[in-house]
Amino acid sequence: MGKRIGMEIALAAAEAAALCRPDVIAAYPITPNTHVPEHLSDIVAEGRLDAEYICVESEHSAISACCGASGTGARAFTATSSQGLLFMQEILPIVPSLRLPVVMVIANRAVSGPINVWNDHSDIMYQRDTGWVSLFAANGQETVDMVIQAFKIGEHRDVMLPVNINIDGFQLTHVVEPIFMPDQEEVDRFLPTYKPFAQLHPDKPISMGALGAPDIFNEAMCAKNDALVRSKKVILDVWKEWEKEFGRKYEPIESYKTEGAETLIVTMGSMGETAEIAVDELRKDGMPLGLLKIKLWRPFPFEELRKAVKGAKALAVMDRAVSCGGPGGPVFAELRSALYDEPKKPKTLNFIIGLGGRDIVVEDFIQMAKKTAASKKVKPEDAYEIYGARE
Amino acid sequence: MTQKRWPEGWRDVTPGCMVLEAGSAVEYHTGSWRAKKPIWDNSKCIKCGVCYMFCPEGCITEDQEGFFVANLEYCKGCGICTHECWPKAIVMVNEED
Repeated sequence: MGKRIGMEIALAAAEAAALCRPDVIAAYPITPNTHVPEHLSDIVAEGRLDAEYICVESEHSAISACCGASGTGARAFTATSSQGLLFMQEILPIVPSLRLPVVMVIANRAVSGPINVWNDHSDIMYQRDTGWVSLFAANGQETVDMVIQAFKIGEHRDVMLPVNINIDGFQLTHVVEPIFMPDQEEVDRFLPTYKPFAQLHPDKPISMGALGAPDIFNEAMCAKNDALVRSKKVILDVWKEWEKEFGRKYEPIESYKTEGAETLIVTMGSMGETAEIAVDELRKDGMPLGLLKIKLWRPFPFEELRKAVKGAKALAVMDRAVSCGGPGGPVFAELRSALYDEPKKPKTLNFIIGLGGRDIVVEDFIQMAKKTAASKKVKPEDAYEIYGARE
Repeated sequence: MTQKRWPEGWRDVTPGCMVLEAGSAVEYHTGSWRAKKPIWDNSKCIKCGVCYMFCPEGCITEDQEGFFVANLEYCKGCGICTHECWPKAIVMVNEED
């Protein structure tokens, strides 16, 4: 049986990764993910984990090393943030294209400029179309659980895709939380040794990353996209198994007090926990308010979302990234797209909040929920606002 | 030099487009890319083998007399052999000529 410990979430993420017995870790420290690779480096140096820890000179090298290592059949792990993730961009779409199940923790941080080391979701949003499975954790426990689940999901023969676990920088990474840490035996039981579909080995030479001319590229992309879409089934199965083994339930979209709710707040990441308190307070005042927390970002759970918003009259959709010159935040765009063909659609308002570490407090959610509930007609030009920006 | 259209459909694509057999590039007949082909004038050839060494496709071989010849199933017509051949024994001629 694992035990309940108080631990900084970044360290807990590293401990969880170590429990998965990765063969290769290649990471470059960048705020706020630094403690993840730093702690893993300690774990390897102390001899607690038999892994190759590669001190790379950049994030581009980190993901390249993980990609290559995974190609040889090794279990590979990395972590990064913000500019580091953007520096990986060139390699990020290649990893899923090669169907290599690298696992990465992303301590989400704003992308410069102005230079900013604090949290928002802009880093992952620039990378959302690369083909990785993308999970969003709301707290330390989910971080630990999702790191372990990620290897199982990614390595499944029906998936064979890399997985990233998004945790809010500072709001999660640097917070000490009570966490149930599974023990080695439990993780070993849940996560068997990685058996790759194919591996680079001199005894049986194969090629990964060959040229894909126009006569095959279309088909290759079709197959890649299909693999990501179909991974949802495995994700749901793994989450069911996790619930059975560890007693904690995971869903693509978690509902909080949605019974009879006319207005729903939609969040992703750690802000969901603050929004819960706002829902509690407004429910006390008799307002029919509920909350949806998105945990699975890619593949996007369209079906689950449509089901979750049924009966709601208005949605207050929270985004922590701006799609400059676009239709609002990325979550909002996905959500509206999911609802476009529905015969009965709720009104949808988009609040872009908490950019670059701007604090979001309970009172903010109360204000946004009230504004959403009171809004009559939403004109396209009023569909989104960057909430809290000083006039 | 017709190419076999493989894979037929996207479901036939191997995971990650991996090529699971070594040396399979030999099945890819790149000769169809060619607009010009190299022609050797063996009276000028000094059998130095520079063309053989520089050919990026590896499609030039030595014949029994020590002269060189390109396998037109694979020669892309890049002209590097002609450029490197200092006795000027190789010329590139249009495919249709």
